[in-house]
Amino acid sequence: MARNRPRPRPRGNGPQGLPGISVTGRRAGTFCLLLIAALCVQATRVQVFQSDDLDHNAANQRLTIERYSQPRGNILVGADTVTGSEPTGGRYDYKRTYTDGPMYAAATGFASQAYGNTQLEGVEDDLLSGTDSRLSGWAVWDAVARRQNPGGDVYTTLNRAAQEAAVRGLGSQKGAVAAIEPATGRILALASTPSYDPGSFAGSSSADQAAWNRLQADTDQPMLNRALRQTYPPGSTFKVVTAAAALADGVVTDIDAPTSAPYPYVLPGTTTPLVNDSSACDEPELSLDTAMVYSCNSVLGYLGVQTGLDRMVAMAENFGFNDARLDMPVRPARSNFDTKMNQSQVALSSIGQFDTAATPLVMAMVAAGVANNGTVMRPQLVDKLTRSDGTTVQLTKPAVYRQAMTPAVAGQIQQLMTDVVENGTGGNARIGGAVVGGKTGTAQHGVGNSGTPYAWFISWAGPAGSDAVPPVAVAVVIADSDATDVTGGGLAAPIARSVMRAVLGR
Amino acid sequence: MATPPAVTRAAARPSRPVPTRRGTELALVLAAVLTAVFGYVEVGVNLDGKVPADAAQYGAALGVLALLAHAVVRWRARYADPLLLPIAVLLNGIGLVVIYRLDRASSGAGAASTQLLWSSLGVALFILVVLLVRDHRRLQRYAYLGALVALVLLVLPIFFPPVYGSRIWIVIGPLSFQPGEFAKVLLAVFFAAYLAVHRDALALTGRRVWRWQLPRGRVLGPVLLIWAAFVGVLVLETDLGTSLLFFGLFVVMLYVATARTGWIAIGLVLAAVGAVTVGWLSPHVHSRVTDWLDPLGSIAAGKGANQIAQSLFAFAWGGELGTGLGNGHSVLIGFAAKSDFILATIGEELGLTGLIAVFLLYALLVSRGFRTGIALRDPFGRLLAIGLAAIVGLQVFVVAGGVLGLIPLTGMTLPFVAQGGSSVVTNWIIVALLVRMSDIARRPAPLASEES
Repeated sequence: MARNRPRPRPRGNGPQGLPGISVTGRRAGTFCLLLIAALCVQATRVQVFQSDDLDHNAANQRLTIERYSQPRGNILVGADTVTGSEPTGGRYDYKRTYTDGPMYAAATGFASQAYGNTQLEGVEDDLLSGTDSRLSGWAVWDAVARRQNPGGDVYTTLNRAAQEAAVRGLGSQKGAVAAIEPATGRILALASTPSYDPGSFAGSSSADQAAWNRLQADTDQPMLNRALRQTYPPGSTFKVVTAAAALADGVVTDIDAPTSAPYPYVLPGTTTPLVNDSSACDEPELSLDTAMVYSCNSVLGYLGVQTGLDRMVAMAENFGFNDARLDMPVRPARSNFDTKMNQSQVALSSIGQFDTAATPLVMAMVAAGVANNGTVMRPQLVDKLTRSDGTTVQLTKPAVYRQAMTPAVAGQIQQLMTDVVENGTGGNARIGGAVVGGKTGTAQHGVGNSGTPYAWFISWAGPAGSDAVPPVAVAVVIADSDATDVTGGGLAAPIARSVMRAVLGR
Repeated sequence: MATPPAVTRAAARPSRPVPTRRGTELALVLAAVLTAVFGYVEVGVNLDGKVPADAAQYGAALGVLALLAHAVVRWRARYADPLLLPIAVLLNGIGLVVIYRLDRASSGAGAASTQLLWSSLGVALFILVVLLVRDHRRLQRYAYLGALVALVLLVLPIFFPPVYGSRIWIVIGPLSFQPGEFAKVLLAVFFAAYLAVHRDALALTGRRVWRWQLPRGRVLGPVLLIWAAFVGVLVLETDLGTSLLFFGLFVVMLYVATARTGWIAIGLVLAAVGAVTVGWLSPHVHSRVTDWLDPLGSIAAGKGANQIAQSLFAFAWGGELGTGLGNGHSVLIGFAAKSDFILATIGEELGLTGLIAVFLLYALLVSRGFRTGIALRDPFGRLLAIGLAAIVGLQVFVVAGGVLGLIPLTGMTLPFVAQGGSSVVTNWIIVALLVRMSDIARRPAPLASEES
C-alpha cells in the first residue's frame, strides 16, 4: 500500500514542516530492522566464526558427551579385546573399561571422561569414538545430518604371550620392554613398569579424580611410558650401532682381524683415558669381535672417532635416532645422537654415553635392523582398523624405514652379537635350540655417575638352523634397580630371554 | 478524524477492489501449523526413535486454535494484514515444540502443556480483542486509566518474594504471572494517546538550547513523570530488561510523534547515565555487565562456565545447520533454559539457518506492524501500531542480544516462543490489536464510513 502513494517529500506534513509520521515511522522501523540485522550478524559470528573455539573450550562438555554417547570401539590384542565400555547412567552415557589395564597401559593409554585420551586411545580417538569419516559410506551426508557411526576397532600388533612375558619379567622393577618383529616392524610387546590401571580414572566421579591425583602424585611415575616416552643413555648397547658404522664405512673389514685401536686410548684433545670394565679389554689392537664380546669401551670409542661424526650420525639416524616424528602411530620421544661434537665427545657418544639417549623402542629397532639383514622396518603398533561390523578401514602394510647397511655387514654384526651371547656378557640370554644375538649395556648416569646405572639388553632370536629372519628383536631397560650388582647381562638379559622364548614358543 | 484522507484515497481508484487476502492467510496458517507438527514429530523421532503418539492431538489442538483465530479474522477483520496471524501461530508453535523438547531433558516436565494452555488463553484473548475492539480509537479514552492500572500492576510484585533476583512476579498459589508484560501494552496505548494530542506542542514550543528545541515542562511533564514512575519501579524490582524496553519504546514513540532528533540524543544520554548508575549501584546488574564483557572469564577464573558462556557454547555447537531437534545439549545452560535462554536451544538444534529464519519472522512481524502504522490515517492509531511493533522489535533485540552476548543479559522473554503465560497472552493481544488496525488501514473507504 505504501507503494501506491507518492514518495514523501523532504519537507514533511508533520508539525512545523518537519517530517510526518510516515517518514519518522519508516525511520523507526528501519532502526528496529537494523537491530534484528545486528542479531543476525552476531549469530553468524558466534555460530560460524567462533564456533570452533567455543566447541573446544575446556569448560564445554559437549565434545565429551558426544564421545561417550555410545560404546567406544575396542582395542584388540590378537583376537581378544582388552577394552570395553559400560553404561554409567550419568551425563556421559558410557565409560571406558579395561580387561587387564596395567598389562596393556603402555600401548592402549587411557580414555578418560575427565582427563582426555593418550596413546592409541588418543591417536585413534576419531575411529574409536565413531567420528572418523572413513567409518561411513556417506561422509558428506553424515556430516550434514550429524549421524554418529558406531566406534571402530583397533587391532594391535601385540603378541599376548610376549607382552605377558615382558610385564612378568619386569615385575616390580622400574623399567621397560619393547619387542619388534624384525621382518615387518610389528611391535610385539610394549611394557612399562610400574604401570597403572587406566580404568581407575576413566569416569568423571570423585573416585576417578582421587585415583588420578594419586597416580599423578606417585614419585614412581607409574603413568610415565618408559618404553616410548622416556629416553635413557643406551650405554654399551649402542656399540652395535658403532660397529655397524665402522663396518659399513670400511674402518673395519674383518671382525676377527686385529684393529689399530691403541691401549690405553686417551680421548682426543684430553689427557683422560677411556677406561674399560673388563681387564680383557686392556690391550692394544683387539679385534672387533673380542671388543664386542668383552664390551671394550676403548676399542669402540676409538672406532667411533675413526669412523667420524658424520658417518656415526648417519648410522644412528638409520635406526631412528634424531627422528622426532617416529609415529607408530603413537609418537615416541625423540632419541638423541648429537650432530655437533668434538672428537672426545664422539668417542663417548660411540659407547652410548655423553648426550646419547634412546627410547627402548629405538634400541629394539637397532636389534631388529641387524636381524633383518640391515633393513630397518618402520615400527607399527596397529595391525588394522575396522568398522564395528568387522570390515577393514585400514590395513597396515610393512614399510621400510631405512636400509641401514648391506646384508653382508648385517651378517658380520649378527656374528658379533651371537658371540656376545655365546661367549661374552650376554650369556643369560641363551635359549636352547635357538640362535640368539645380543648386546648388554650398563649406562652410568647422574652427577659423577652417582645414580644407579641403567641396565640394558638388546637382542634378537630365531630357531637354530633356519635361514629366515629371526622372528623377534627386543630391547629391555631396567632403571633404578635395587639390585646390588646392576649389569645389563644380569638384570635385563633374562627378561629379554623370556620375551624371545614367548615369541619362539620355547 | 482520520476518515477524510481515506476517502480521498479510495476515490482516486474507485474501480479497483481491495483484495482481502484471507485465502493467503489460511494457507500460511496451515503451513505454520504443519511446520510446528513436523518439529514435534522430529523431537519424538530423535529422542525415542518413533513418532510421538500424541502428535495428531497436538497438531489438532494447535490447528483448532489457529483456525478459530483465522475464522474470527475472516469474519470481523477481513482486510487485515494476512501475515500477522500466521507468523504468530508459527512462532507460538516453534515455542511449544522447543519447550516440549526441553521438558524431555529436564525434571520440570509439563511446561509444554502449561504453555499450550496459556497459548489457548492467548488465542481466546486475541479473538476477544478482534471482536470487541471494533475501532482502536476508542482505546484513546482509557489512556490515563490504563496508565494507572499499569502502574498498579507494576508496583504489586514488590510485595511478593523475588524470583532469580527480580521482583517481577505475582505468585498466587500455583499461578504466577509477570504484570510487567501486560503493562507494556497499556503504556504503549497511553504514550500513543498522549503524543497524538500533544505532538504539535511538543514539537513546536519550548526553548531552544544550541541546536535542539526543548519542549516546555508543562507539556512534557506528565509523560516524563509517568515514564519515570515506571522505570523507577522497575529499577526497584531489578527488572532491567523491561525498563530498557520501556525506555526504548518511549524514545522511539517520542521521535516518531515529533520528528525531533534531539529526543534521541537526550534519550541516549539519559539511558547512558541510567545504565552507568544502575550498573554501579546494583551488584546484580554489575555481574551481568562483567559477564557480558568477558563471557568466558569465569572459566579462566576457575569457576566454570557461567550461563552466558553455556549459551554461547550451545549456539556454537549448532553451527550452520544445527544438531536437529532433540540432539543438542542446551540443558547445560541450567535454569531459565525454557524462558530467557530458549533461543540458545533454537540456535543449537536448528543452527544458524533456523535462528536466522526465526529472526526473519520477527523482522516480518515488526515491519508489518510499522507498515500498518504508516498506512493508518489517525495519529493515535499510527503511533499505537508503531509502538506495538517497536515493543516486539526491541524485546527481541534485548533478549536475543543478551543470550548471544551482543549486549548485557537482562531477563526477558522471547515473544511467543519463551515459556511464560503472561508473555504469550500479551503478545497475542499485541497481534490482535495490529490485526484490528491493519484491517482498518486496508479497508476500502465505503466500509470505513459505515463503520464510523
